[in-house]
Amino acid sequence: MSRPAFSLDRILNTSAAWALGLLWILPLAYAVWTAIHPAAFEARFVLTAPLTLENFVKAWQAAPFARYFLNTFLLVTMILACQFFLGTLAAYAFARFRFPGRSVLFALVLLQLLVMPDILIVENYKTMRMLDLVDTIPAIALPYIASGFGIFLLRQTFMTVPKELDEAARVEGASFMGILWKVYIPLAKPTYLAYGLVSVSHHWNNFLWPLIVTNSVETRPVTVGLSIFSAIDSGIEWSVINAATLMTSGPLLIAFLLFQRQFVQSFMRAGIK
Amino acid sequence: MRDWTLKREWIYGWLLLLPAMVFLFAFTHVPAVTTLINSFFSTPRGRRPAKFLGLANYDRMLNDPVFWKVLWNNLWFALGTIPVSIGLAILMALWVNEKLAGRGFVRMAYFTPTVLPLIAVANIWLFFYTPGFGLFDQLFGALFGTAHTNWLGNQATALNAVMVVTIWKEAGFFMIFYLAALQAIPVSLKEAAEIEGAGRWTVFWKITFPLLMPTTLFVSVNAVINSFRLVDHIFILTDGGPDNASSLLLFYIYETAFRYWETGYAATLTVALLVLLSALAIGQFFFFDRKVHYK
Repeated sequence: MSRPAFSLDRILNTSAAWALGLLWILPLAYAVWTAIHPAAFEARFVLTAPLTLENFVKAWQAAPFARYFLNTFLLVTMILACQFFLGTLAAYAFARFRFPGRSVLFALVLLQLLVMPDILIVENYKTMRMLDLVDTIPAIALPYIASGFGIFLLRQTFMTVPKELDEAARVEGASFMGILWKVYIPLAKPTYLAYGLVSVSHHWNNFLWPLIVTNSVETRPVTVGLSIFSAIDSGIEWSVINAATLMTSGPLLIAFLLFQRQFVQSFMRAGIK
Repeated sequence: MRDWTLKREWIYGWLLLLPAMVFLFAFTHVPAVTTLINSFFSTPRGRRPAKFLGLANYDRMLNDPVFWKVLWNNLWFALGTIPVSIGLAILMALWVNEKLAGRGFVRMAYFTPTVLPLIAVANIWLFFYTPGFGLFDQLFGALFGTAHTNWLGNQATALNAVMVVTIWKEAGFFMIFYLAALQAIPVSLKEAAEIEGAGRWTVFWKITFPLLMPTTLFVSVNAVINSFRLVDHIFILTDGGPDNASSLLLFYIYETAFRYWETGYAATLTVALLVLLSALAIGQFFFFDRKVHYK
């Protein structure tokens, strides 16, 4: 009795899901269309339109994108390395050590989830000026290297490590840093991967703080470079801007398409715990 | 001996925490406190140091029509984007969780906007909104024969246009969390309900939706924070205009501090933002507390 209803239901659901999916991918598909066709086909959708890479070449030559990419690469690497280092030590302390002030300090770490450096731009800019770091890549990175989210995530993972493993290593004479290195970090590998992906995509895409604290080609990340490139609205064709737009999102997009499953699972893992 | 190992544990704990805490304090807690202090002072200019003003900055804020405008904009922005993104996210997650034909593609389509930089996304959408030439005008022109619409240059539509972009960007991100939650719901619960004769609609409202409540709390707290934190696309799409119609609180703080260089007043605005965020976060916890079913 319920068989035909079920399949009608299924067809309706599938088509609705696809319709929304196509709608969702449309902006990106459109950007790809204009970027790989000559400017004349910006709004004319004919399948016979000639393909070209010229828009990418033009964009690449019109602004120092190579330098911007290098800056972004240095930035996300620096942030990730520091976040891993600081986060691991702090998470280990919270997960396995008892000391006075632990819960107060942990509450202060969690407070950063609400009071984020993204909002404290005015004071952080003053600090950077005081440290004479304005317009440097470390200035973009510094407010983010101690991440409340990262410490919390790693602490939750370290808490799940069985105490017996810890004790067994201790009996064998491992030092407390040795235990961290040989027991905790290897067991937390999936969390590191998940957190790493989230962190890299977050800081690759970050815009407001880098915009404020940089003002030269040597320090600007791609997001700021792109905004400057597309803000000069005189004379630059849409197809070239779209090519530049795709270029800046390209590495992340390609990485996402290649590692889609891991990416989605990473975001999930980073979110639940 | 026992006492000594205890003390040693203390020292190890503190030492391990020290590096992270130094940076956390330097760039989060200390600036939060100095923001509060500076909100009572004037902006230092040249060799003229900041002067204590008492509540003058707050008085100015309460009488600043732009402040009220961006505040209402931000509340409307949050109200307009969060429920829609969450609703869409649940729908997407339900679909992608089923054995749907072409599930891989559909999931990719939903999630892709999440990995794109907001600033790049804004560039793409800017073209959609271009009067006459853009996709929206071409589409509506062909369908209804309407004239050119300046979506981003019109006070009535600018903020809504920005909101559409935000929903498009965020829904797929929230979907991931719901997907994780859905996969954690035991199938037996659903099956039991179906044996009892419950329809899909009943199953969703009586079983799935209540079990998703912790996720909804988590996602909505995140969404509220994001609605006050993410202003990147405004730089490209409207630059806050026309006449602040699409400006949000953080964008106004940026303008005040880095275009007009009024850092004292910007500190006051930041305090308002922080108070508002804390109040909303605490409020959400109390609101959801009665409705969340913990395992």
